[in-house]
Amino acid sequence: MNRREFFTPTNRSNTAETLAPPSIEKVAAPKRINRGLATGLSPYAGAWGQDQVVHLLRRTMFGAKMADINYFKGKFMSQAVDELLTVNTTPPSPPINNYSGGVNKDPNIAEGATWVNGPDDPNYNGQRRQSLKYWWTGLMINQDRTILEKMTLFWHNHFSTQSTIYNSTIWGYNYLATLRGNAVGNFKDLAKKMTIDPAMLNYLNGDKNTKNAPDENLGRELQELFTVGKDLANHYTEDDVKAAAKVITGWRINKTTFQSYFDSTKHETSNKQFSAFYNNTVIQGKSGSTAGDVELDDLLTMIFAQNEVAKFMCRKLYRFFVYYDIDATTETNVIEPLATIFRNSGYDIKTVLTALLKSEHFFDAANMGCIIKSPVDFNVGLIRQFEVDFPTAATYETQYSMWGQVWSVGYIQQQDILDPPNVAGWPAYYQIPSFHELWINSDTLPKRNQIADLLLYVGIKRSGFTLIIDTIAVAHMMSQPDNPNTLIDDLCKYLHGTLTLSQTEKDTIKIAALLSGQVTDSYWTTAWNDYLANPTVAAKKKIVTDRLMLLIRYLLDLSEYQLS
Amino acid sequence: MKRRSFIKNTVPVAVLPSFLQGQNMAAYGPDSMLSRLAATFTDTDHVLVLVQLNGGNDGLNTVIPIDQYTNLNTARSNVMIPQNKVLALTGTSATGLHPAMTHLQNRYNNGQVSIIQSVGYPNPNYSHFRATDIWLTGSDSDKVLYNGWSGRYLSEEYPNFPTGYPNSNMPDPLAIQIGSIVSPVFQGLQVSMAMAISDPTTFYNLINGTTTTAPNTHAGHELAYIRTVASQTQQYATVIKAAAAKATNKSTLWPTIGTNKLADQLKIVSQLIAGGMKTRIYMVSLGGFDTHSVQVDPTDNTKGDHAKLLGYVSEAIDAFMDDCKLLNTHNRVLGMTFSEFGRRIKSNFSGGTDHGSAAPLFLFGNKVKGGIQGTNPTIPANVTVNDNIAMQHDFRQIYTTILSDWFCLNPTDVQTVMLQNFNKMDILQDTCTNNSVTEDIRRNSGKALVSIYPNPMQQSSTVEFESAGGVCVLSLIDTQGKHIRTIADDIYANGTHRINLDRAGLAAGTYYLRLQNGMNMQTRSLVVVD
Repeated sequence: MNRREFFTPTNRSNTAETLAPPSIEKVAAPKRINRGLATGLSPYAGAWGQDQVVHLLRRTMFGAKMADINYFKGKFMSQAVDELLTVNTTPPSPPINNYSGGVNKDPNIAEGATWVNGPDDPNYNGQRRQSLKYWWTGLMINQDRTILEKMTLFWHNHFSTQSTIYNSTIWGYNYLATLRGNAVGNFKDLAKKMTIDPAMLNYLNGDKNTKNAPDENLGRELQELFTVGKDLANHYTEDDVKAAAKVITGWRINKTTFQSYFDSTKHETSNKQFSAFYNNTVIQGKSGSTAGDVELDDLLTMIFAQNEVAKFMCRKLYRFFVYYDIDATTETNVIEPLATIFRNSGYDIKTVLTALLKSEHFFDAANMGCIIKSPVDFNVGLIRQFEVDFPTAATYETQYSMWGQVWSVGYIQQQDILDPPNVAGWPAYYQIPSFHELWINSDTLPKRNQIADLLLYVGIKRSGFTLIIDTIAVAHMMSQPDNPNTLIDDLCKYLHGTLTLSQTEKDTIKIAALLSGQVTDSYWTTAWNDYLANPTVAAKKKIVTDRLMLLIRYLLDLSEYQLS
Repeated sequence: MKRRSFIKNTVPVAVLPSFLQGQNMAAYGPDSMLSRLAATFTDTDHVLVLVQLNGGNDGLNTVIPIDQYTNLNTARSNVMIPQNKVLALTGTSATGLHPAMTHLQNRYNNGQVSIIQSVGYPNPNYSHFRATDIWLTGSDSDKVLYNGWSGRYLSEEYPNFPTGYPNSNMPDPLAIQIGSIVSPVFQGLQVSMAMAISDPTTFYNLINGTTTTAPNTHAGHELAYIRTVASQTQQYATVIKAAAAKATNKSTLWPTIGTNKLADQLKIVSQLIAGGMKTRIYMVSLGGFDTHSVQVDPTDNTKGDHAKLLGYVSEAIDAFMDDCKLLNTHNRVLGMTFSEFGRRIKSNFSGGTDHGSAAPLFLFGNKVKGGIQGTNPTIPANVTVNDNIAMQHDFRQIYTTILSDWFCLNPTDVQTVMLQNFNKMDILQDTCTNNSVTEDIRRNSGKALVSIYPNPMQQSSTVEFESAGGVCVLSLIDTQGKHIRTIADDIYANGTHRINLDRAGLAAGTYYLRLQNGMNMQTRSLVVVD
């Protein structure tokens, strides 16, 4: 079966259902407010305080952790955005064989050595896939102060592939490396690299696309999902799909070098006629070893000449970084001027992100705290905000195993990185009208609470290591841990951003959690200082940890913590 | 051998062929005859209501030792209740109640309230937090436990929880805390065994009025959406709402909502019990007992903050007992008040009392034996600030008695929960007959992921566990939370696995064996005997 037919049409019209188990009641969404935000792309010139820093960091990284907040507070907004967009393009050390575990040895790859240079081995492909997923999770957890990891996830969702469908995890590693290496580079270049990327070629049957019987899968998605989109009523035609498929005939994968190459004998050399949508462009048929490259360039030049490409991409970036609801005002004030900037820059991603992230619209208070965290954002953000310790590379098996635990909770919460549900990516990023509300249902929400509880109370054990939140360390991050009122204020701000609890609720939780039913604030102060003076006395430590756990658990269980 | 280990491991072999001959194995499942039988028993299941008085209740002004009046008056004249205002108790002239507790006086005189004198523990602690922890966990003064005594009890009765819960044998929460945060008393061997609710119909904090309104912004829109899902998601929402809908409070003694916080909480408890909830333990609380200053009205020592609080307690318990009677649940409900400590004999100059040690507590219900346990504390003639009430009863004797004579646990299991052997007290009427069927149903309900047999262990036992695939870690920890040994830490294929557990130097006592397999976890207590 054509993979696209199998995955795309039915799944995409029913994506809401694919996330939700059948027994789940449908929730009637509350009535949406009328946005009508007046703000546009003018540079933001307002206050640069904790609220703004947290907003910027939560949207561009996974969770805003205290050290990062304090670091960027000391900069100007413009410097902060510039720094976040200056990414390190040196590849991190690659994923390794973490899977042999003393038995069932991979004959070609030593334990602890990287498998990304091959050779391929179907016996170990599945284990390497897990290795890659764990490794990527580790990169997110250990991210530096840039947008790189969030942007890599954006591109993975955009140029979506499924590692369980393409043949080789080594291709998967290279695919991911390309996304990382071009995360804030040039979009047109990235689109070309993705079109002939081995994982993508294999995933969308591009490696079987041949002159006698062109396979249209890749030619279609290149336009529909990767560049032009389907937002327009009047867009490319089915004949354009066929013509594009012919342009990209002949690309194959070298299974030894893991690179794609062009086989001119499989290439359709005739002229390719496009529709009025593309101004009746004819791409001249070529032959010989460079034909594939030249015709692909011509195809992308034709596609990228369409104004719709920049608009489509700006809407997608907007939904990922700002909010999903794009009304007419936002289209006019933000999307259109942003698309012009993108187009004029020759599709430079850094330029378009700079304009968006420095805009008064981005920092509009109405756009804060309104994105529902994706599972990855939730889990990695949780780990990062609480600075949970991980094993070091010296015990890489345990280290990968712990990264794997974080990956697996994302998996059960419906975001399995490297394996989105289909070529369109995760429905929460595109499905009208619910968008990221799709992440939350009666199955996934308790699982988010459970992982928070688990990390808070028991931890995850493996090989003598326990992954657990150190509540005392969390209290130390706050400005005055001995004052129960500022402790709660600080924690609320840290965990809930600009969404504030009422004073009544804060007082209630203070009495119930920190004061054990008392009303005298100094009891907490005394307990905390008593612990500080006697940090090794178990009873004194337990007095504060018990109460901090109750408090933090309550704050994490609140719906406010689901928002970014 | 423990009863549940015996049943669990022998029924399939020895009893099954004759007992269930020709029947589908499903007959042994959740909807089996046995389960239905069990269901008919559950209406008689006993319920415990814990009433926590936060802050340290002044026992000497609650249960007043009239025969010590002279010395007491010397020690605390500025807070002393005039002797002619002390409420008399039937059958004694030596002991009386604070004048604000007329309702409780009547209940006592009807034999529905027991007073236990001078409850405490050796080497008392005077910090609210530490003393509260000691009361909630049931630990020695110098030991730290990481779970609550009720949590350990419920872990013993429902060892599989939360895996496979709710189920038809136990469709309801095991324990309910009225309030917004579950008390550490319910912390079980690995998870909290209780849920917190404030209002059974909406799940919003109506009592405290705390839920913050979602703002009218995009964020507010998403917040409202998530809250809607959250309220539907609470796995017990439906059963609690159904129970609340099924029963209406009947007593006319309930005070107006908002005038007595304790009564408001007990009203919900009564409604849920009458609505058919199988929940075993409820906890309610009232704060404000930390009366360092002005605990009495200087113009009238029978009035003031402490009098108000005791009035709330008395009124709330009275209305609760009346409601239970009218709703016909009175024979299966036992209540107990407690506070982290009593207050100092000698009062201070600010018209209050400082932190003390032992204090009286109340048990209430139709099945208490009534009367006073123990004697009045002896008040010395020249009381100094260092003098405290000597303990007559260890609070864990009361827990032990409740576990044994109210929840009908056998002595081995009581000791597993309490971690030591405490002497039972003769304070409850005999209520434990023919309890074993429900007990075994209870203990086998849910899904067992790990089991140990034989348990108690002498030399070695077999650990049987379920893997859903992936890494399984089996760790043995002691009751102080200290890691003792890793039993397994490897990848186990989906299915059942067995591992031998050797005693290898383990001292006799209680241990916990914890299985972790991804998000699946289960903990079992293991008793090692010589």
